[in-house]
Amino acid sequence: MQIFPCPFCGPRDETEFQYIGEPKARPEPAEEVSDAAWAEYLYFNANPKGASREIWLHFTCMESFAMTRDTETNAVIGSEVLRPGS
Amino acid sequence: MSGFRFAEGGALDRGRTLAFTFDGKPYLGIEGDSVASALLANGVRVVGRSFKYRRPRGIWGAWTEEPNAIVDIARAGRTTPNLRATTEKLENDIAVRSVNSGPSAAENRAGLIDRLASLMPAGYYYKTFIWPRWEKYEPAIRAMAGLGKLDPDNRPPAMNPQFNARCDVLVIGGGPAGLAAASAAARSDRVVFVIDDRAELGGQLLHRGGTIEGGDWREWAESVRTAVGAAGGRVMTATTAYGVYDHNLVCAWERRAPQPDALWRIRPKKIVVAAGAIERPLVVPDNDRPGVMSADAALVYLRRYGVLVGRRIAVATNNDSAYAVAEALSEAGAEVEMFDLRQDPPETKLRVTRMAEVEGVVGSTGVEGVRVGGRARVADALLLSGGWTPTVHLLAQGRGKLRYDDRLAALVPAARVEGTTVAGAANGAFTLDAALAQGHAAGGGEGAAPNAPAGRYRITAAWPKPDAPGRRWVDFASDVTLKDVALAAREGYVSVEHLKRYTTLGMATDQGKTSNVNGLAAMAALTGRAIDETGTTTYRPPFTPVPMGVIAGRRRGALVNPLKRLPLEAEHRADGAQMREYGGWLRPAWHGPDEPERAIQREAARARDAVALFDGSSLGKIEVIGPDAARLADFNSFNRLSTLKPGRIRYGFLLSESGVVFDDGVTLRLTEDRFLVSCSSGHTDAVLMRLELWRQDRFDPRRVVVHDATAQWATLTVTGPRSRELVAALNLDVALDDESLPHMSFATGAFEGGPLRVARVSFTGDRAYELSVPASRARSLRARIKEKLPAFGGGLMGIEALMILRAEKGYVVVGKDTDGTTMPHDLGFRGPREARRDEYVGKRSLFLPIAAERGRKEFVGLAVPAGAAPLMTGAHLVQGAGKARRSLGYVTSSYMSPTLKRPIALGLVEDGFARLGQTLAVYHLGAERRATVAGLCALDPEGKRLNA
Repeated sequence: MQIFPCPFCGPRDETEFQYIGEPKARPEPAEEVSDAAWAEYLYFNANPKGASREIWLHFTCMESFAMTRDTETNAVIGSEVLRPGS
Repeated sequence: MSGFRFAEGGALDRGRTLAFTFDGKPYLGIEGDSVASALLANGVRVVGRSFKYRRPRGIWGAWTEEPNAIVDIARAGRTTPNLRATTEKLENDIAVRSVNSGPSAAENRAGLIDRLASLMPAGYYYKTFIWPRWEKYEPAIRAMAGLGKLDPDNRPPAMNPQFNARCDVLVIGGGPAGLAAASAAARSDRVVFVIDDRAELGGQLLHRGGTIEGGDWREWAESVRTAVGAAGGRVMTATTAYGVYDHNLVCAWERRAPQPDALWRIRPKKIVVAAGAIERPLVVPDNDRPGVMSADAALVYLRRYGVLVGRRIAVATNNDSAYAVAEALSEAGAEVEMFDLRQDPPETKLRVTRMAEVEGVVGSTGVEGVRVGGRARVADALLLSGGWTPTVHLLAQGRGKLRYDDRLAALVPAARVEGTTVAGAANGAFTLDAALAQGHAAGGGEGAAPNAPAGRYRITAAWPKPDAPGRRWVDFASDVTLKDVALAAREGYVSVEHLKRYTTLGMATDQGKTSNVNGLAAMAALTGRAIDETGTTTYRPPFTPVPMGVIAGRRRGALVNPLKRLPLEAEHRADGAQMREYGGWLRPAWHGPDEPERAIQREAARARDAVALFDGSSLGKIEVIGPDAARLADFNSFNRLSTLKPGRIRYGFLLSESGVVFDDGVTLRLTEDRFLVSCSSGHTDAVLMRLELWRQDRFDPRRVVVHDATAQWATLTVTGPRSRELVAALNLDVALDDESLPHMSFATGAFEGGPLRVARVSFTGDRAYELSVPASRARSLRARIKEKLPAFGGGLMGIEALMILRAEKGYVVVGKDTDGTTMPHDLGFRGPREARRDEYVGKRSLFLPIAAERGRKEFVGLAVPAGAAPLMTGAHLVQGAGKARRSLGYVTSSYMSPTLKRPIALGLVEDGFARLGQTLAVYHLGAERRATVAGLCALDPEGKRLNA
C-alpha cells in the first residue's frame, strides 16, 4: 500500500485517493476542434516511463491536486496544489 | 524404522505426553514437539506421496522450507488442510492426515503411477489427454490433483485483528545478525521492531549454539530483548514478515494462539533483512527417498527435539557446515560416515571419504543404503548438504537485485536498495562472527560488534550437471527432476521464467525454497550460461502461505462490500419487505411471503389502479450552490439547466466526455443559485466526483460549491391515479391543485418542525408525488402515509414492481437499457445537441463521425405475438442463420405487464427507429423466436395519466 501526499492533508494511504488522469487542456470551442484533436484529448495518453505528472483526487477532503510519481519505481516525487491561492 | 527419541535433550517438556494419530494410527509425542519431530521420534518414515508420481516421501527439513511433509490436521473436529508438519506444533488429540495419498502415506493406491513416469515428464499434459476429448480425462485428473482436503465445516469467525505500526528500524529475523542489528539500533535510542517466525529468538543459535560476548548466546539475546524494550520497541516471535510492498510497507502474520492470529502492517523508516539462509539439497540420484534429509534439519531434530533421525547415518556434503551436524550425531551415538565432494575437507574425528559422490540410494520406501564409489554402504538415513541459499525474498520483493558469489556458491544481494540492508546468512555471512559483525553494522552500530569465536565456511559448488545419470530430484514438492530441466531446455524453454512454468519447478507451496537455485544452476549449465546471466524468477509475497482469514481480518459477509442502507430499513422489514441490492443500496424488492412473481405483479397492478408508496431515499441529491451554480450545472449536463425556473424540475442526461450517457435524472432549481441534481442511486458518488472536479478545474470554487445531501433527506413517493387524494389527506399544508403544483414542479412546506419538499415527478407514468423530509422525520412521514393507504385502496411497492411500471412507459434505466456506446440521440433525445451553442461535457463527441453513423443501436420497444412468453433479457436480435448469424442488438428489459396483460420489452436495436413495425428473429440459448420493433411507450403514449 502506497502513501500519497495530499498537499492539504498530508501523507495518507493510497486507498483514500482516486487517479483522475493526465493533465490535459480541454480543446474548445467544439466547433473549432478537429476530430483528431478531440480523440487525442479523449484517448491518447503520454503514459511516461519514469516521472509522470498526474491529477489525483483525495476523497477525504475532495480536493484534486497534481502528483508526480515515478511509474517505474512507484516512488512519489512530489505533489502540488493546482489552484493558485488555495 | 529409522528415527527414534533420545532419553534426554531437546527443548521439550518431557513431563507432558501428547497423544495424536497419523493416517489413523495412534502415536505419542511430547509437549514441545512439532508434528514432524513426533513422527520422526516414532520412527515414521513415509509422511506423504509426491505430487505427480505418488512416490513415498519423508520429512526433508525442519521449518518452513519443508517440501514433502504436507498434512491436513484435524483439531477439535475442524480440519485445516495443507499445513507443514515441520512448523505445526504438536497438540493433544489432533488427527494428522497425509495428503495426496490414499488410503495412507504408507500404502498408496496410485503407487503404479511412478512406473509410468517416463510417460509423464514435465509438461506432459500439454501433449497428452487430447484424444478423443480432454473432458473425458478431466474429472479423474481433477480428483487426483491438489493436496489436502478442504473441510467445509471449518469456518473460523472473522475475528483476526489488524494492527498498523511505525518504527525506526524493522529487523526481520531474530538470529545472531538480526539481534546484533536490533541491539545496535536500540542502543542508539531508535524504536526497533524485531520479528522472528519461530516461537523463540535465536535462529540458528537455537540448534547450533554459540558463544557470544564470552558467554552463552541466550544471555546476550536476553540483553538485546531488554534493550529493544527499553528503547520503546517490540520483539515479536511466532511472527512471519511475509511481504514487502510499495513505500516500504512490511506485512507480518503474528500467530497468537489461543487468541486469533493478527496481521501487522508496519511502516519502518529502515528495514534490516536478517532472514538467514536455507540449506540446499545435493542433486544426487534417488535423493527423494524417505530418510534423505537436510543435514541442518537433522541437527535441529537432535538438539531441539531430542530425536536422532537414524542409527547409521551417511552425510554427503560439499561444504563445512555439515561437519558440526555429523559430529553432534556421532556424539549422540549414531554411526556416522561423511562423504565430502571436495579434496580437502576440514579436520575431523569422523570417517570421511573425499571426492565422494553419491551414486544412488538403496531402498524404495526408505533409505537402506547409499551407493558411493561403486559400493553400497548400509545406512538408514542420508543427510545432504549442498550449501546455503540466502533468504533474500524480502529484499527481492522490494526489487533488490542479486549477484552470484563464486566463493560462497550462492546468490547474494547485489547493490544497495534504498531503505533496506541485508545482514547475516541472508547476505552470505555464514559464520557466527561474520553474521554478528554485519548485523551490528546494519543496525548502525559504532565500535566493536558483539564478538564470537572466528568461524570458517568453505564450499565447492556442486551444481547439477546436465546428462548426469539416474533420477535426480530438483524440486521435491513439484516432483521435478534434472531430466525435466533438460527437457525444458531442449524444447526451448530456457528462460528461468519459462523453466518454472513449463516444469512447475518452484511453483509448489514451498515456492522453490530448496529447489529454485539448483534448478536455475542446472539450466545455466545446460545452456552454457553463467548463473548470474540465467537469473532468478520474480519473488512475490507471501514468503510462506498466510491464512486468508488473517488477510481478510473482519471483512466477511456483509462487511466485504457493505451496502448502503435506507433510513427506513427497519420499517420496511417490519412490513415484510424482501430486501435486495440495487446499485449498492439495500432496498425493498417486493413485500410479503407470497411467491415473488405474484407479489410483484400485484404491487404493480395496485399502483396503476389506485395508489402505492415506495421509498426513493436512495436517489442521489447533490446540491450545486452559488452565483456560478447555473454555469456549472449547465456545463455538467446535456440539457440546459440555467433556463429552469426556481420551483421547476427538468429531466435530463449527464454525459461522459465521449458523449455516452452516463446517468439520467431530474434536476430541481431550488432558488436562483441553488440546484438539486438528482441522479441514479448507484451513480451518486461518481456524479459528485465529476461535479467537484469540474468545479475545481473550470470554475471559481469560491463562486460555486457542491454538496452531497443524499443521506440527509428521505424521499417517499406516492404514485397512482389516487395519489393526489392520498397526499391531500396527509394535511401537509401545501397547495396541491394542478395549477399551484403542475407536473415537473415542486413546493416547499414544513413537516413536524422541519423542511418538506413536495415534488411532482413520475417514474411510473402515473400522477406521482415525491415527498422529501430530513431523514430524522422519515419514520413519522411514512407512518402517516401508510396509515392512509388502505382508505384509497393503496399499498406498499418495491423496486421490482416499479421497474415494470416504468418499462410500460418506455422510461430508460441507464446502465441496463444503455451500454458503453449509447448517446442521447440513440434514446431519442436530440434537442440539446441541435440547440446548444455553449460548451458542455461530451459536446464535441456528439459530432464525431461515429455519432452520425448508420447502424447505431437505438432504444426501442419490442412486442411479442399474442400468448407468447416474455422475451429473455439479454437475448440477441439477429439477422441471418448459422455461421452468418449476426447480432442486431439485444433485449435490455423484459417483463410481464399486469396493466396490459401481456409481455412488454425494451431493447437496443441497430437502426431501431427505422425498423419500427419490423419483425425480427430473437436468439437465445439455441432457440429462435420472433419479436416486432415497437414504440417505446406501451401504455398511455400521450402521457394523460400524469395528470389524471
